[in-house]
Amino acid sequence: MKIGFTVGGLQRCSVSIAAAAVLCVSAHAQILINGAGATFPAPIYTKWFSEFRSVDSSANINYQAVGSGSGINQVTNGTVDFGATDGPMTDKQIADAKIKVLHFPTVLGAVVPTYNIPGVTGEIKFTPEALAGIYLGKITKWDDPAIASVNKDLKLPSENITTVHRADGSGTTYVWTDYLSAVSPEWKAGPGTGTSVKWPNGLASKGNDGVTGLVKNQKFSIGYVELVYAAKNKLPYGRVKNSAGNFVLADLHSVTEAAAGAAKSMPADFRVSIVNAPGKGAYPISTFTWLLIPETISDAQKKQVLVGFLKWALTKGQDYVEALDYARLPKEVIAKEMKEISLIK
Amino acid sequence: MVQTISITRKITNVVMLTVTGLLTLIVVSVLFFILGYLLWHGGSSLSLQFFTQLPKPTGETGGGMANAIVGSGKILLLASLIGVPIGFLAGVYLAEYSGKSFAFLIRYVTDLLNGVPSIVIGIVAYALVVRPMKHFSTLAGGLALGIMMIPIAVRTTEEFLLSVPKSLREGSLALGATKSRTIFTVVVPAAMAGLTSGMMLNLARVAGETAPLLFTALGNMFWSQGWLQPSAALPVMIYQYAISPYDDWHQQAWAAGFVLLALVLTINITARLIIGRNPGSSRR
Amino acid sequence: MASSTFIHSAPQTGVRGFLRRIKLGEHFSLLITFAATVTILIIVGLLIYELASNSGEAFHKFGWKFITTSDWDPNNDVFGALPFIYGTCVTSFLALLIAVPTGVGAALFLSELAPPVISNALTFLIELLAAVPSVIYGLLGIFVLVPFIQDHLYPVLKQFSFLPLFQGQFYGVSFLSAGIVLSVMVVPFIISVSREVLLAVSTDQREAALALGATKWETTIQIVMPNASTGILGSIFLGLARALGETMAVTMVIGNTPKISASLFSPGYSIASVIANEFGEASPGLHLSSLILLGLVLFGLTIVINAIARVFIMATAQKGA
Repeated sequence: MKIGFTVGGLQRCSVSIAAAAVLCVSAHAQILINGAGATFPAPIYTKWFSEFRSVDSSANINYQAVGSGSGINQVTNGTVDFGATDGPMTDKQIADAKIKVLHFPTVLGAVVPTYNIPGVTGEIKFTPEALAGIYLGKITKWDDPAIASVNKDLKLPSENITTVHRADGSGTTYVWTDYLSAVSPEWKAGPGTGTSVKWPNGLASKGNDGVTGLVKNQKFSIGYVELVYAAKNKLPYGRVKNSAGNFVLADLHSVTEAAAGAAKSMPADFRVSIVNAPGKGAYPISTFTWLLIPETISDAQKKQVLVGFLKWALTKGQDYVEALDYARLPKEVIAKEMKEISLIK
Repeated sequence: MVQTISITRKITNVVMLTVTGLLTLIVVSVLFFILGYLLWHGGSSLSLQFFTQLPKPTGETGGGMANAIVGSGKILLLASLIGVPIGFLAGVYLAEYSGKSFAFLIRYVTDLLNGVPSIVIGIVAYALVVRPMKHFSTLAGGLALGIMMIPIAVRTTEEFLLSVPKSLREGSLALGATKSRTIFTVVVPAAMAGLTSGMMLNLARVAGETAPLLFTALGNMFWSQGWLQPSAALPVMIYQYAISPYDDWHQQAWAAGFVLLALVLTINITARLIIGRNPGSSRR
Repeated sequence: MASSTFIHSAPQTGVRGFLRRIKLGEHFSLLITFAATVTILIIVGLLIYELASNSGEAFHKFGWKFITTSDWDPNNDVFGALPFIYGTCVTSFLALLIAVPTGVGAALFLSELAPPVISNALTFLIELLAAVPSVIYGLLGIFVLVPFIQDHLYPVLKQFSFLPLFQGQFYGVSFLSAGIVLSVMVVPFIISVSREVLLAVSTDQREAALALGATKWETTIQIVMPNASTGILGSIFLGLARALGETMAVTMVIGNTPKISASLFSPGYSIASVIANEFGEASPGLHLSSLILLGLVLFGLTIVINAIARVFIMATAQKGA
């Protein structure tokens, strides 16, 4: 079976496909915009991009959740049109970037410690020392005093803890390790903060999905994931002791409270960490998540669509976030971002 | 006096027959199990929406893989267009024209290419196609898979051409046909059974490759227009959905596995029908 | 057929024209097939060039320590590849350990000992199995095999925990699971190719042996096998090459932990898996260079395996002659 294909034939083929596509859509030409990045906000982003098509029917915004690390890498190298990350770019990454990008916070979210312990469905209270100890490999059993002493109401088994972390470059990892570095000098000196670190132990999988999947399959395991992944998959997640001494569960209020301070003193480039934020009811492992938009977009239609999307996401889009357990951005931040949009050339 | 076969030899014979038979049975049952499990799990997850709808946002139930099915088809088409001609022609050269040392070089280099892990092909395709072009595309994906098809195409072609008896060639030449005529109108058709089935198996093998597509075709929530846009592909979707925690996505992964397998099996069975007889039986 | 496409001002009629057309057809056929081989050389050359040039930075920094150290720390720019090399080797070796006896045994049965009808039917099925995509094996690995190993195989193997091979905690995802999944993937391939090779041994030799009074098994082991052994070895090494580079099925069941452990129960990491997981995020720099160097190491590993295969094949061919 020989098929006589030529380059000209291929070109004709794609032209005719494009023509058909154009004919099918009465409005202006369909445009495909490609983005890649964090799995942390993937549920809300994919929802947004789907909803945005009813606002702008030409906009096909293809988002691939491949991890924050990849998002940063791909957008600064120009292989995708925008990126997404929960770990803001480091100074070195910004200096090395071939393409300069702007950070746009989009939603607030929380990284929660989720676990799978048969028989334990309640909320385990975790102290910062316990979390650091578990991930450092110092605390190896669930009934270790460091955990059990604050969870007297729960019957924790004497089983080994299996830790789960991310195999790919992850903003969620960045936030988690940022928190552990803030509360544990030993962690800071050891693995440190980053989208990819050297983990002392544990299993790994790709994406927030992968980690949630692994925790679901592994008995007596613990993993760190974005709130919606644990919630939607009916996995229990624990309370974390914040800097005020309270064991706080991640939810809209506690996350919003964590961002309160940052809202007032947001730096111009929007890169800020809100882990271990002050506040009675603040959830200590909260974070903004950012879209990385190139400073200069040469394609006029792409620029129009992206700018339109940003404006929509910061206004009407915020109405969708709470249903997916993300918190709205503080008003002050949104106001500042609207100004930043004009920086896109 | 008539010499009879010793008991030990008879027993050995029977024992080895049984042992190898058992091994075959184990292999076949494992295989049956895989096919059956996939058919049951995947088949029960199939629905019209799987074939016609685009994927839904992360975490929402419903949606389908229509774009991945088409995307895979396009990528594989491109891969065949690259891999089969190059591999076949090179195989012809090796079998019919080449001198010994050059043949050794080509075979060695082709073996080298065959040994390149699929992920490495993917990252090279990324460096050679995606980075300069500044986007992920069906083209890059098809190129990566096409390169993977080449070594087996060469090997299959050479082996099956060489297996055609010399007498056929000599007969053709004796009748006055030129070498090229002999090759393409006598030898190749004689080897057609093996060649086609080899190419089909080759295609089926790359049909399921995921790693090279991760950094070339990337993925797409929507339809991929033309050849220069990122594209969804069945194997990549299966991977993403399988490691996720969502039961709905698991169901879709099974369904996709079923579709992919059906595609691959159809290619295989079609190949046999075209030949008209089982290649295995032609040898006895 | 090719001769009719060349219509030039050259002589077209008569014997000379005829001869000229034939010659052009010959040239065309020769050229186009030769061009195909050159294309392959170019592709491989480009590939090696890309790998070599992009891995230079890492090789420059670490040298041979790259493959002897086990510290992989992207945050601190330290990269040691030993855990991945170990994982790749262990899982592939385990896969072959299971797949080769099973595969060759089954191939022998199918080609020599089984009645043709059964042989053809079963071979048909097995060849269909060689076609099952690797990601589907990964799918089955996660949802079927790993739970099965955890529930049924692990308790059995745990009895042998006096061996370092079977010590320690078992998480399901492990060297063992990856090795078993790989073996299932490689077996159909070994059977398919081995059977073809065995069948290709001419029936004359078989009939001669049987006429001399050999049993079926003796004929197989003493006559057919030696003749087919080079091809069988070739199939084994092809299978090994596939196992070494297998990415998806392994990364779904190995645990993705860069650990070196004698125990098969331990989770591990393979070269292909770490590249797949970390490549996207590695911006040009030491991390990317290290990953590409890893790819080169894996490639080098398969070159060595192939070279050994060639030595085997040449030695066996001489023995059988």
